[in-house]
Amino acid sequence: MGYEFDFSAIIDNLGLLLHGAGVTLGLTAVATACGIALSIGGAAASRWGAGWARRAITAYVELIRNTPFIVQLFFIFFGLPSLGLRLSALQASVLAMTVNLTAYCIEIVRAGIEAVPAGQREASLALGLGPVFIFFKIVLPQALANVYPALVSQIIITMLESAVVSQIAVTDLTHVADFIQSRTYRAFETYFAITLIYLLMAISLRWMFDRAGRRLFIGRH
Amino acid sequence: MKSMALGWTSLGRAVALAGCLLTVEVGMASADVLDDIAKKGVIKIGIFQDFPPFASLSADLKVQGYDTEIADKIAQAVGAKAELVGITGQNRIPYLTEGKVDMLLSIGYSDERAKVVTFTDPYAPYYISVMGPSELDVKGAGDLKGKTIAVNRGTLEDTEATKVAPEGADIQRYNDYNGVISAFLSGQAQLMVVGNDVGATILAKNPTIKPVEKFQLLTSPSHMGVKKGETRLRDKLNTVIAGMKKDGSLNELALKWLKQPLPKDF
Repeated sequence: MGYEFDFSAIIDNLGLLLHGAGVTLGLTAVATACGIALSIGGAAASRWGAGWARRAITAYVELIRNTPFIVQLFFIFFGLPSLGLRLSALQASVLAMTVNLTAYCIEIVRAGIEAVPAGQREASLALGLGPVFIFFKIVLPQALANVYPALVSQIIITMLESAVVSQIAVTDLTHVADFIQSRTYRAFETYFAITLIYLLMAISLRWMFDRAGRRLFIGRH
Repeated sequence: MKSMALGWTSLGRAVALAGCLLTVEVGMASADVLDDIAKKGVIKIGIFQDFPPFASLSADLKVQGYDTEIADKIAQAVGAKAELVGITGQNRIPYLTEGKVDMLLSIGYSDERAKVVTFTDPYAPYYISVMGPSELDVKGAGDLKGKTIAVNRGTLEDTEATKVAPEGADIQRYNDYNGVISAFLSGQAQLMVVGNDVGATILAKNPTIKPVEKFQLLTSPSHMGVKKGETRLRDKLNTVIAGMKKDGSLNELALKWLKQPLPKDF
């Protein structure tokens, strides 16, 4: 007598699962937008910034990359209220994901910048272009093109790691699955379903970013 | 095929029934447990070791709590030494039926258990309630609207709260009591739904936000349990409980360990 599979728990709760997937994607979208923007600034500062700025960024990157994401999240959600900063679960999640993604992306973008031949910048300077123009129009596009696949991977990792925010009761996909599981005791069916949903979301995101990348960096690789 | 399976089941039932009858008869034939206790001078009391504030290991590695003080009173009353036997939720009923313990503490009544256990009167309140800071005005389920409420996901607290919560109540479900307590103490949740055991454990730590009981969701008081049919021991225990209620010592225990007086109807 084996286990009898019963996916009606999933079908009955499809709306909830879609809501959870929406929350996960929404969190990822906001964290990605903020994280990429911040990491470009951070990478530039760590390349050309003043000594103290470079040291601060190194400290930040090392701190975040060498501590678990769940600890960062708990610190923001449960710890910061003691210092008077109380963020909602959703705000805390976005902040934690952004802070985490930014740290990893600073390193990626910095590597991209360093891979742009110095001659590009020197030639632009020789043509009398301003440093800000050079950075945004000459160096950055090439830098991002260099590391685009790595950035996309990092974004997808962030989306998958965001499952951790279910621990502070954000109703993301994992939280919804835990909820359905605790009500129906259909562990296999529930986690099987969200495995598929995560997989589908990750593959679709990668496909989307790949297509976008081909348009953005046309002819560059 | 089917009839054979049925045959085996009936046979199993017959054996089980015979076993039951045999056990009952053996129980009747042997001396009364209360006499055994008096003869040996020891009463074996089954007790949880990780169930604060009813019983848990203290810093000096002794089990302490509401239940250990009750055990002392019982030992006094039966004129024997109390031997505390560590039990778990899974093994305690077999321990009782097999005579490894003479009685159990902290057992909730159920019809299923009543088939093998004889229950005393309740001796400790156990209930699930909505708790929150005193300044928050919450008197009933209707007031939960617009409030954030932390619960331990999948527990009785979760299902009960979900049942009574009106539209617009934000129930936050955490993985464990740690999450629930942290959410409440850091102000991330305005209210929480916990048993009085968890509530008392929090209060014992003197938190900055003191949780106060707002209203009860479900009550299932703790009884003592003896082996089915040991009515003399049960009657003895009932006199101990009645005595403690009368002289106020049970209420003192409740205040000391549960941080709340006994409920009025207790």
